[in-house]
Amino acid sequence: MKLSEIVRELEAVPLTDEDHLELEITRCAGSDLMSDVLARPTEGILLLTGLTSIQTVRTAKIAGVSAVVFVRGKTPPPETIELARTERLPVYASPLSLFVCCGRLHGRGLTGLDGRR
Amino acid sequence: MASVTKRFPLRARDFLHAGEASIQVQAFLKTMRLDPGLIRRIAICSYEAEMNAVIHGGNGELEMTLAEDRIVIEVRDEGAGIADIELAMQPGYSTADETAREMGFGAGMGLPNMKTHADELELASAPGRGTRARMIFRRRPPQEKTP
Repeated sequence: MKLSEIVRELEAVPLTDEDHLELEITRCAGSDLMSDVLARPTEGILLLTGLTSIQTVRTAKIAGVSAVVFVRGKTPPPETIELARTERLPVYASPLSLFVCCGRLHGRGLTGLDGRR
Repeated sequence: MASVTKRFPLRARDFLHAGEASIQVQAFLKTMRLDPGLIRRIAICSYEAEMNAVIHGGNGELEMTLAEDRIVIEVRDEGAGIADIELAMQPGYSTADETAREMGFGAGMGLPNMKTHADELELASAPGRGTRARMIFRRRPPQEKTP
C-alpha cells in the first residue's frame, strides 16, 4: 500500500514535507512502547503510535521505521516535528484512535511485523 | 585497518537529547558501509544502553570502537548501579520512573533487548558504583555470511 493511500485512509495530515508519498508499505505496528518496537523486526514498517515524545522519532530512526502516524488527534511537541524534519522521517497526525487506524489498514491488506493478518 | 574509537558524553535525565549518541553511531557505521542488519543490531543495543544510562545512570559516556573483526559499544555511567543483575535481566522487570515510561521506556525490555541483539553482553555494576555495559558485535567475513 502506498503511503499516500495510507494517509488518505487514516484521514491524516502531514507534519513534515510530503516527499515520501510513493513509499510502498506492507507491514504495520501499533505501539506506545518504544522498547517493544526496538525488539521486533521493524525495518521499513509504518508505526502507529499515541506517543508523541522526541524519543518516538529517535526510536523510528534507530529501528529503521519508514513512516510514523500519531493517532488519537495528538499534536506532537515542536521538537518532535523538528527532529523528524532533520532526520527526513515522514510523520503524520490522524484524528482516529489506534484501534480504528489498525482496523482500516488491516482491512486494506497490511500485515503485522511477522507478515500475519 | 586501524581501529576507530568515538566517545559521546551522556547527561543524566536529559530526555531531550537522549539517543543522540546512538543516532550518531548509526550514521557513522552507515558511512563505513557495514552490513545493514549488523548496523541495526548495534544501533538498537546502543540506544537501549544509552536510554538506560540517561534514565538510571547519572552522567556517563558512550564509547564505540570499530575494529577489523568487531564493533564494541561500551556505556558507562555513574548512577545508582544495579543490586541484582540477574533480576534486572528478567524481561518485564523495571525500576524506571514515570518520566521514562512517558517516553515509551521503562517496561523492563532494555537489557533483554540488548542481550538478544548483541553477540556478547557484559554487565558490571554494584550499588553506588555505577554501571558498565559492554557489548560486542562480530563482523563476519563475507564468505561466512548467511544468504
